[in-house]
Amino acid sequence: MSALMAVAIGILFAASIYMMLRRSIVKLVMGLILLSNAANLVIFTSAGLTSGAPPLLDAATKQPPAGVADPLAQALILTAIVIAFGVLAFSVVLIHRANEVVQTDDLDQMKETDQ
Amino acid sequence: MNNLVFLPILIPLLAGAITLALWRSSKWQKRVSVFATLLYLTASATLAWQVSQQGYIVLQVGGWQAPFGISLVADYLASIMVVVTGIVAFTAVLYSLVTTPNTHIKFGYFPLLHILLAGVSGAFLTGDLFNLFVWFEVMLLASFGLLTLGGERAQMEGAIKYVTINLFSSALFLSAIGILYGTVGTLNMADLAVKLQDVEQQGLLNAIALMFMVSFSIKAGAFPFFFWLPASYHTPIIAVSAVFAGLLTKVGVYALYRVFGLIFIGDINFTHQILLWMGVFTMLSGVLGAASQFEIRRILSFHIISQIGYMILALAIFTPLAIAGGVFYLFHHIIVKTNLFLISGMTHLLQNTYQLKSMGGLYRERPFLAALFLIPAMSLAGLPPLSGFFAKYLVIEAGIVSQQWLATGVALFVGLLTLYSMIKIWAEAFWKAKPETLSETVKLPLWGVVPIALMAIMTLIIGFAAEPFILLSQATAEQLLNPQSYINAVLGGQP
Amino acid sequence: MKQGFAPSSGLIMRTATVVILPLQLLFSVFLLLRGHNEPGGGFIGGLVAAGAFSLYLIVFGAKASRRLLKVDPKDILAWGLIFGLIATLPALLFGQSFFTAQWLSLDLFGTTIKLSTVLVFDIGVYLAVIGTITTMFFALSERLIGSQ
Repeated sequence: MSALMAVAIGILFAASIYMMLRRSIVKLVMGLILLSNAANLVIFTSAGLTSGAPPLLDAATKQPPAGVADPLAQALILTAIVIAFGVLAFSVVLIHRANEVVQTDDLDQMKETDQ
Repeated sequence: MNNLVFLPILIPLLAGAITLALWRSSKWQKRVSVFATLLYLTASATLAWQVSQQGYIVLQVGGWQAPFGISLVADYLASIMVVVTGIVAFTAVLYSLVTTPNTHIKFGYFPLLHILLAGVSGAFLTGDLFNLFVWFEVMLLASFGLLTLGGERAQMEGAIKYVTINLFSSALFLSAIGILYGTVGTLNMADLAVKLQDVEQQGLLNAIALMFMVSFSIKAGAFPFFFWLPASYHTPIIAVSAVFAGLLTKVGVYALYRVFGLIFIGDINFTHQILLWMGVFTMLSGVLGAASQFEIRRILSFHIISQIGYMILALAIFTPLAIAGGVFYLFHHIIVKTNLFLISGMTHLLQNTYQLKSMGGLYRERPFLAALFLIPAMSLAGLPPLSGFFAKYLVIEAGIVSQQWLATGVALFVGLLTLYSMIKIWAEAFWKAKPETLSETVKLPLWGVVPIALMAIMTLIIGFAAEPFILLSQATAEQLLNPQSYINAVLGGQP
Repeated sequence: MKQGFAPSSGLIMRTATVVILPLQLLFSVFLLLRGHNEPGGGFIGGLVAAGAFSLYLIVFGAKASRRLLKVDPKDILAWGLIFGLIATLPALLFGQSFFTAQWLSLDLFGTTIKLSTVLVFDIGVYLAVIGTITTMFFALSERLIGSQ
């Protein structure tokens, strides 16, 4: 299962970088979305895949039984998702504004600040 | 009380919330901002004083014991950085009082600035890698907002590059955190420093170390990841440029110092060798880029890069002397670079352009401003007895002692070229006759000049009374190179 | 070309939104309070409430939603932040670290009600999430319709 996840993550990273290298800013944002998902999956996979054992406890038990999934990695991913949500919402607004100001979708037209 | 460590984060966060609640009144936002940054400066100075007494101040947030909760750690390096941040924040807010247009304030300039500060000081004070990521993102989101306030075409173009490359760096950072957590099962920096000593697979650790290195180098603007910096830093209003130039890249450098001074020190021949070459090329490419530019803010942006190179070089040499030089460089450079950007804002007020070709005559017209420019400019170039001289001197001496001839030679050469760039600005903007096309001059606002003068005085103090600052840097270096004391302070003495 | 989301005039949407909005707000408060000991909490509750306002905005437009909200979303965001930060402070009175949770048990009508700084923090998060998302939604929709 880990190997499969690793391949999936690799494909996600490759797809996101491919999208980011395209000339359209819409595809750039798509690439950013895929990128954040890929990074989250890295945490998810490398913390160990556990199936069918959610870290949920009764009110009475204080200690989790052995073999449950690691809740910390899930908490990290949750935080990262929230952050990515905020950042991506900003970038959507940004490309919308940029498209309005520059009047194009083409990144090659946005070289003014590089000279 | 250990809670002192939390104040430099809490104060700007609260100030951000309060200025946001006061969004209808720019007058009250300004008052709160000045008061809050002054309070921040006081709190950070108190913190630094306490740290100088005790060595470390550690706060386990929420009472959760390390390594299970989040630790906030103030050591010498962190508290120096927080104090300098306070200085930059205070002067930038003073400068913003008169130079920031009301449209910017209406769209949340001050709240964003405060939240940026909270992110910066959080990144300096945290003792947990994931928490560092969170503060990075807080800082980034605020900086995105500040960068695009105003919405001009150049800003949009710059922001797209800035946002993309920084998000890429964040994703890389996050992946590296994930893999590291999978390998050792902890993210507390002190705990990591302990546990990584026992990890057998040095190859895996090196790979993780490189992921961190690339991610932080992007944020620091090091070779070959710096191209976003000169493409975006000159686009927002000048107070924002100044804060970015002073603080943001240095957070990346600080993270490099923290991670490669405490955690990844198992295979120095590999990691620090790469850092060495990175530092050399960063210095060279930055200064050569600056030599080809004729726009003040872009020249200054490229110089950020070349100076970052010195700091990385100091980290790469990794002797007590070199680290002391690097630390000295960090705080000297934050003050000088912020000041140079603020001055370029004043020259823009006078001549309405940033292009060196169409400027001129400032020396005759404004001898006082010219003097204020000369201090940070010559300090940046490293002329004695200004602060930059001692910074460069320490790094270069460390290079000679550890027989890094090539790197030392490049560092000397880059110093010369820096002088050339500064003289270019001096000759074009200040010395040559005023172009006839320029109209009447305006009166400079008092609150624009006062921050510049304050920072120039600070540069003079660091230069003329360098000894205590050098001693401080050496103490910092000693502390940094002794990870065991950090580990004991955070984990409470147990191995 | 017609841009963005002008108010929709579909009868089903209009009728349904009027019914759904109060229910969804109620549900968001339920989630907020439930987060005390069980899955739920300020963030998810805030998202649900913001979803309700966004739905209203899509159906009835930005002007009507501003009338409905009565306060500016920026104020909600600011007060959410202030609430959240204030919740970290009471620990200081007892000489503990910031963020350490403080509990207060009240006996009312035979049941024990536990009040805590955690709840204040969660309410802060709830308000901040509503504020952020509605601010963004308003900004986008007003801009899109304004630029027609």
